[in-house]
Amino acid sequence: MALAADAPKDSFRLSMLVYDTRYRSYTIQIVVLVLFGMALAWLLNNTAQNLALRGKEFNFGFLWQRAGYDIGQQLIPYSNDSTHFRALLVGLLNTLVVAFWGCIFATVIGTIVGVLRLSKNWLVSRLMTVYVEMFRNVPLLLWILLSYVILSETTPAPRDFRVTDEMAAAGTEPAASMMFFDTVAVTNRGTNIPAPVFERGLGTLDLGFMSLNLTFWAVAAVIVASVFVNRRMVVGARAQQEATGIRPVIWWKSILILFGPVIALLVAMGLDLEVPELKGFNFQGGILVAHSFTALTIALSLYTAAFVAEIVRAGILAISRGQTEAAFALGLRPNRTMSLIILPQALRVIIPPLISQYLNLTKNTSLGIAVSYLDLRGTLGGITLNQTGRELESMLLMMMIYLSLSLIISAVMNMYNRAVQLKAR
Amino acid sequence: MDQHFARTDMLPPLPPPIAERGAVKWMRENLFSSALNIVLTVLGVLAIFWLVKSSLPWWLNSVWNANSLSECRQIVAANAGEGATGACWAMIRQWWGAFIFGFYPPDQWWRPITAFGLLLSALAPVLFSGQKRNLIIVLGGVAVFLLVALTLADAPGGAFALAILLVAGLLGLALVQPGRLFWFTLVYPALCFWLLWGGPIWSPIVAMAGFGVLYAVFRLSSSVIGLAPAAGAGIVAAAFWWLYLEEPVVRALQTALPFALQSINSDQFGGFLLAIVIGVTGITFSLPIGILLALGRQSDMLIVKTLSVGFIEFIRGVPLITLLFTASLLLQYFLPPGTNFDIILRVIILVTFFAAAYLAEVIRGGLAALPRGQYEAADALGLDYWRAQRLIILPQALKVSIPSIVSTFIGLFKDTTLVAFVGLMDPLKGVTQIVRADINWKGIYWEPYIFVGAIFFLICFGMSRYSMHLERKLKTDHR
Amino acid sequence: MKKSVFFGALAATTLVAGLAGAATLEDVKARGELICGSNTGLTGFGAPDASGNWTGFDVDLCRAVAAAIFGDATKVKFVPTTGETRFTALQSGEVDLLVRNSTWTASRDSELALDFVAVNYYDGQGFMVKKDLGVSSAKELDGATVCIQTGTTTELNLADFFKQNNITYQPVTVNDDSEAQRQYLAGACDAYTTDASGLAASRATMPDAENHIILPEIISKEPLGPVVRHGDNQWADLVRWTFYALLVAEEKGITQANVEEVLASTADEEVKRLLGASGDMGAKFGLDNAAFKNAIKAVGNYGEIFARNIGEGTSINLARGLNALWTQGGLQYAPPFR
Repeated sequence: MALAADAPKDSFRLSMLVYDTRYRSYTIQIVVLVLFGMALAWLLNNTAQNLALRGKEFNFGFLWQRAGYDIGQQLIPYSNDSTHFRALLVGLLNTLVVAFWGCIFATVIGTIVGVLRLSKNWLVSRLMTVYVEMFRNVPLLLWILLSYVILSETTPAPRDFRVTDEMAAAGTEPAASMMFFDTVAVTNRGTNIPAPVFERGLGTLDLGFMSLNLTFWAVAAVIVASVFVNRRMVVGARAQQEATGIRPVIWWKSILILFGPVIALLVAMGLDLEVPELKGFNFQGGILVAHSFTALTIALSLYTAAFVAEIVRAGILAISRGQTEAAFALGLRPNRTMSLIILPQALRVIIPPLISQYLNLTKNTSLGIAVSYLDLRGTLGGITLNQTGRELESMLLMMMIYLSLSLIISAVMNMYNRAVQLKAR
Repeated sequence: MDQHFARTDMLPPLPPPIAERGAVKWMRENLFSSALNIVLTVLGVLAIFWLVKSSLPWWLNSVWNANSLSECRQIVAANAGEGATGACWAMIRQWWGAFIFGFYPPDQWWRPITAFGLLLSALAPVLFSGQKRNLIIVLGGVAVFLLVALTLADAPGGAFALAILLVAGLLGLALVQPGRLFWFTLVYPALCFWLLWGGPIWSPIVAMAGFGVLYAVFRLSSSVIGLAPAAGAGIVAAAFWWLYLEEPVVRALQTALPFALQSINSDQFGGFLLAIVIGVTGITFSLPIGILLALGRQSDMLIVKTLSVGFIEFIRGVPLITLLFTASLLLQYFLPPGTNFDIILRVIILVTFFAAAYLAEVIRGGLAALPRGQYEAADALGLDYWRAQRLIILPQALKVSIPSIVSTFIGLFKDTTLVAFVGLMDPLKGVTQIVRADINWKGIYWEPYIFVGAIFFLICFGMSRYSMHLERKLKTDHR
Repeated sequence: MKKSVFFGALAATTLVAGLAGAATLEDVKARGELICGSNTGLTGFGAPDASGNWTGFDVDLCRAVAAAIFGDATKVKFVPTTGETRFTALQSGEVDLLVRNSTWTASRDSELALDFVAVNYYDGQGFMVKKDLGVSSAKELDGATVCIQTGTTTELNLADFFKQNNITYQPVTVNDDSEAQRQYLAGACDAYTTDASGLAASRATMPDAENHIILPEIISKEPLGPVVRHGDNQWADLVRWTFYALLVAEEKGITQANVEEVLASTADEEVKRLLGASGDMGAKFGLDNAAFKNAIKAVGNYGEIFARNIGEGTSINLARGLNALWTQGGLQYAPPFR
């Protein structure tokens, strides 16, 4: 019997596009592509028609117009004379700062809770379970609203801090007082913290299109440089340990390199803390951290921490008991066992789901809308959209920014993940 | 001397020392085993004490009967003295209907209740396919729930008859042929739609008939023109049916056999009814899309794969709230001028996309968990792609994904609260805002949040426990 | 055609077509109900009660339009809109008419392709502070924390005002009126700024109203009124003249109770034209001749609507002020019905 393996070569028929598996995938892909192109064209056509119907045009020129509104929390200089684009940047930074602190707090709280849930202490492990279940099973929106209400309802008003002449004469204390050696004041309108001021700061460099705060960048550059030098030294020490078996003592050098230059620079620039003081209606001086920021950060951290706790718990449980026993057999002490044996292995299990929690947290910062926190959605997707009526441009731009944020975070975290994963050998 | 000093009878064992038994032992081992644990225990006790001390009076001074917040506060002050705080649950008494059903007319409340009961019976065949005992337990539970809830809602006799008839029929079917119950699950969406929105019974039936048309055309023509073109022809025929034939057919049937429920507008939906409708519809419709996307992402075809990955990553990369604003502000830009349909439907469409992207990743996880041998075995049997997926791969992949699908649903259900930001009446913010616009209840904060939060907790906690149970059960029989 | 939007959402998009920008009146008539954009809940102006019945000053104008078109004030559906979604909802045709205390500004009228057809409430932005703050003028608010609702014109006015007077402030943005009130009462802001009517309404419902004062400065003009899509003049005329009909009714002393009686007994030609006893006023707007009579019969004249929802004696307790008829020193003035 002749082998049927050789398909007839030169007899291509049209029906082979459907029935021959060699060609079918091309047919399907082309059909899909054509359908996709048609759908896209249809959408674009509709959009163009709708824009024409409403007498609008698609351009981003509005970003360079005067914004005209004020933003409570601004990490870069901004006034109502700035452009909408500047407002966008302020909003983006506000989003990022919540996401940044949220991720840090969520990781710290989540790890502690995850470990405590495995604790032998009956009361503590039950309390942690209650915490985790409560936060996981109730919408985040509720936690944000609740923390906001609690913060503004239970804290004292600024005038409660005031010491009037009669009170001074009678020797009575005011209803509320500042914390941390009179440097921090928590009032019902925000938290006042001291601000760093420099007597001999480096000023700002005006580049025309934007201005750079040289003091800030100088400090940042020195920190990066010290970390880099320290890293080189640690790598060198490790090489020496591998070669000779003796690890040189470097911890004091590390501390010196990490903190010395920064402190020197700060002293040279004349660092001083500007402590908030009660003047007029409010505390003046220092930095006012609005409750919308605090509430959002607290709620996001606690909510995400509940999920992180579950991830950490699962990660630790995933490491088999034999690992601990082997480490004990080698004579390692419990803390060394944890840091050298359990944690590195658990990290591999923990990191991938942790990345998606970080992404969720970043996206959830958009719930700041509930407490009117002016983040990216509040500025670009809120007031700017509303005042200019450019919903198409604003929404598309906002989605693109959020998408890029997500992609950048997941790219960075995946890089880290790859670094800690088991190297295939 | 024959004195024996050995004992002839055993001494009864002494009780263990006081530190090694009973409550003391338990406390020593579980609360005070080390210095760190002692500190933790003390901190825990202090935390509980502080919580109870600060909130107990508020709970104890609860007021259940009042017509306004100021009246409520007067009652608290009268009962517990000036300056005391107390919860005012009287608001819930007045507004609970809005929290649960929105502005759905009270005399029609039996419809969402019946739809909810039937939802559970429609889910049962999926979760316990063919297990007679579990099916009967669930259906019995549904029957009890319907009897109680319908009585509480003062349902008309006809509603009782309808609900009891349906559940009895399902119970009978479960006793005789539990496998066939799956058909009810397929019919359920149409039934639910009719119950909730009302209108002539014929519109959902005729709409469902479109799928029948699709299948019939596919079966009849597949032997003639081949599978792929037949599927295409089926879709075209079904689209034709929905676009051009549905209207006249419904009208004709309605004039011949008029049978209709009072029709309810979408804008009367609110509260938990709205949350459940959006959540359940979103997850149901996103399941097939999610499966296709997951398969597309696993596919060898570059273009299909790129498009699937692009869609999934885009949706997962932006916050849900921007998608909701898209539904509210942008969707109408993308559709032909003049197209207009109500905001709930638009929100459901975007929520479906959102859930589909997340489900695609969940199902991809299920697909990846399958041993490679399963794919190879399917190939070895000579099954083509769709047959292999349908008969070998998907049943297993979906089964291991069920717990994660439930988690996705919990997440989605919690996220339905965000629809308040596009002006819908979700229970958490939408209804609460309306309550606070009522002159009698201006200034009430904690009570509505606690009430809604407690209901959310009960539903989500129940589901998550169930999904954990399912996970354990599925683990034993898989590999 | 009821909800054939089943499964085939795409199919539905081609079926459910009500051309935005074209003849709104035809669409409304074909649909059998008016869709009116309203607030998500603002006491006195538009909010539903526990059973879903909408009431309020703005809501009654919608009902009047519905009554003019259908002779039945219940044939209206209210779609709650937020500050962000309101204008888009109108532009896209989701609502036929927006009555949601929206301020008439030049840029909204031009850029957003909207038409403000009338002013049903003349308002202005003011400030409310606690009495014990010891402030008697907005210019003394240097360094104060100010609560402000986002998505409104008030943000821009506030920024302008403080800039002009060269004083600083700390904005606290809030979502809605009830949240702003909570913050203000809790002391999270020194001053609350919004339309003066809103301030008065808030103050009236506070348990300690006597401890709060509204500062004398009114820093902006806030003419609030019904809005329609740009380009449909027939529809704009209809809404505008329904509102004017309510004004004329007050001027001529026609009330909800006595409208039939007046119709039977009047000798005033303008009243006759208004109530459809002579001429073809209704028909000129594409309506029944008794359209305006129906509107008045359904909700009463402007004064009655005002008194019922927000006037003195209600819990909102607003004085007529600028909104009195021109004959009584106010600004509400209707062109003649001729």
